[in-house]
Amino acid sequence: MTPNSGTGTSATRRLGVLVIVLAIALALFGLRFSAEDVVQGSTVRIMYVHVPSIWTAYIAFILTAICSGVYLSRRQRSLAWDRVAGASAEIGVLFVAVSLVTGSLWGRLTWGTYWVWDARLTSTAFLFITYVGYLAVRRLDGTHRQRARRSSVMALLAILEIPLVHFSVNLWRSLHQDASVADPNAKVKLDGLMLFSLFLGLVTFTLLFVWLVLHRQRTMLLEDSFADRGLDVAIAERRNEAGAQ
Amino acid sequence: MDHAAFILGSWIGTGIAVIAYAVWVLRRGRALSKHASTEEKPWT
Repeated sequence: MTPNSGTGTSATRRLGVLVIVLAIALALFGLRFSAEDVVQGSTVRIMYVHVPSIWTAYIAFILTAICSGVYLSRRQRSLAWDRVAGASAEIGVLFVAVSLVTGSLWGRLTWGTYWVWDARLTSTAFLFITYVGYLAVRRLDGTHRQRARRSSVMALLAILEIPLVHFSVNLWRSLHQDASVADPNAKVKLDGLMLFSLFLGLVTFTLLFVWLVLHRQRTMLLEDSFADRGLDVAIAERRNEAGAQ
Repeated sequence: MDHAAFILGSWIGTGIAVIAYAVWVLRRGRALSKHASTEEKPWT
């Protein structure tokens, strides 16, 4: 290992290479090899990045809630749980944003408009804003433990939005299509290569998420260490000043 | 391919967003770890 390999290890490097290979394969299958949809035509190709994006965001926010719950429930509260929660939420926000933008482009082609105040779209936008708020709460003044406690409580409340977003198409009348792949009773049947491309997208984005979380939570550990170090220096300076008087 | 601008825009936009974030995380990690001791980097 090099003296300054940043936040990488041999495992994360191998995982990174695998993600790049899978992303190239996804681009080939999604844009070239898979057939056009009978109804949607070529616009279905947007689905191979749109669906994996919101899938990854769901995983990210669920992981944030699990880590937050573990942090609050343990007697020995380890900040490592809080850092994984924070890293995961940050990446989740990125993927919700990607999902909103790609969905909007798909909507322009399919519905003739970039945005409608539809139940699924509105609840997803609300989910995005909620987790931007979560990230803002993490930046409030206070100790690491105060940050962890506040943000853990917020994460456990925010996760309640996920079922609301996911089932919004069933709960309210919606332009957005219902579940088509996950529902065994759905009328929509996907061609083999289309299904494969979608599955490849889910695997690629999930592994990408794991790679990003590993790096980001290590960066957060370094940020916390440096903040503590800065605090130690400030306390020592204050003590020196008090001793000199 | 019909609607190529929208389709490629979706893919390229996704790629740019993810790569930009990944590069930012890696660069920040590298910059911080330069000044960190081995104890502060338990993964090494």
